[in-house]
Amino acid sequence: MKYIDEYRDPALAKALLGRIEKAARGLDRNVSVMEVCGSHTQAIGRYGIRKLLPENIRLISGPGCPVCVTSIHDVDLAISLAARPGVIFATFGDMLRVPGTGSASLQKLRAEGADIRVVASPLDCITLARDNPDKQVIFMGIGFETTSPTVGAMVMRARTLGIANVSVFSVHKVIPPAMQALIHDPAIRIDGFLCPGHVSIVIGAAAYTFLAEAGKPAVITGFEPIDVLEGILMILEQLVEQRPAVAIQYARGVAPEGNAKARAVLEEVFTTRDAQWRGLGTIPASGLVFTDVYQAFDALRRFDVPEIHSIEVKGCCCGDVLRGAILPDECPLFGRGCTPVNPVGPCMVSGEGSCAAYYKYR
Amino acid sequence: MCIAFPGKIISIDADNFALIDIGGTRREVSLDLIDQEVAVGDYVIAHAGYALHKVDEEQAKQDLAFLQELIDNEIY
Repeated sequence: MKYIDEYRDPALAKALLGRIEKAARGLDRNVSVMEVCGSHTQAIGRYGIRKLLPENIRLISGPGCPVCVTSIHDVDLAISLAARPGVIFATFGDMLRVPGTGSASLQKLRAEGADIRVVASPLDCITLARDNPDKQVIFMGIGFETTSPTVGAMVMRARTLGIANVSVFSVHKVIPPAMQALIHDPAIRIDGFLCPGHVSIVIGAAAYTFLAEAGKPAVITGFEPIDVLEGILMILEQLVEQRPAVAIQYARGVAPEGNAKARAVLEEVFTTRDAQWRGLGTIPASGLVFTDVYQAFDALRRFDVPEIHSIEVKGCCCGDVLRGAILPDECPLFGRGCTPVNPVGPCMVSGEGSCAAYYKYR
Repeated sequence: MCIAFPGKIISIDADNFALIDIGGTRREVSLDLIDQEVAVGDYVIAHAGYALHKVDEEQAKQDLAFLQELIDNEIY
């Protein structure tokens, strides 16, 4: 496949690894590089990159998996909305098995008869709403800045078309505030960031300036093995030269200025507010809720949701894993009580969760 | 979740939807979010039913050529 196969060339990988080894020797200390994107986590696991790197270079996964960072209370709210009579609950597939309080899940609810549909695009909700005029279609709006503009565009389209029986339960989050929280966490030391390639298509390079200002290399990186290796190399070279900056490895996919049209859609439809992240707690201005004009599409306003007392699963360390405070296999449940077949926490559910990636490729 | 793939535009309809080919799989994607001019034959990165970015072919070629040159010259 064009733009994919070229970036899996073993000769290039070997050459890049040689250069990485050289840079690592020059650093003569332990270096932690964090990836903040579930697709990077997957690529690193799939291509065995962690094991190829010099001993003093450690890769840690950050809060880059939207399903994983969703709080258990939001999972419980989703299950409550999906259980309402007369509702079609539409969601991306990886949300289905995420456990809520008492190991409830959308998948279990669906087995009990709830109308829960897996969709590949928010646009499918418009079709669902048209085909089912006597039903209320609720879409689970989840994801970072790559995904939230697609949900915003769908809602704008629904408004233009006058489709009233569709709404969104938004747990959308924005990435830079979470990275800001991480660099100020005294318990975690990160030397550089592999920044998410597809989030950056929308937000551009300027969104990470605060990282460079804090002395952290920030390299916007693609998702093929050559991309990831070159991204790591660029971080190491910045560290060697002591010149932290925002750089773009994934130049074929990301324009420095990002996608202004997608950002305009975000601004039109959403506004930020404080949001609860699993493992990171409440982060100011990191969640997306509807602006005044689009409030009619907010599922939490349209439907009365009962007060839910959510209870975290005992022993699950997803929170610490998401902050990069521990590695997945340092959780006592990893591979014992918690496996991809019987996941206890969300990081073991989603294919891009760091526990699932660790388990699959260990 | 932010998974996205480059696909080649096969056709564009009047409603601003494009048919794209991703390694033999065809998908319909909306062009409502892309902020560059696109035409049939261009590659776009698509996510959740929307094209988000036109692949910069020139840039991609340059980047690969640069890496290849480093290998050929044994700089890496």
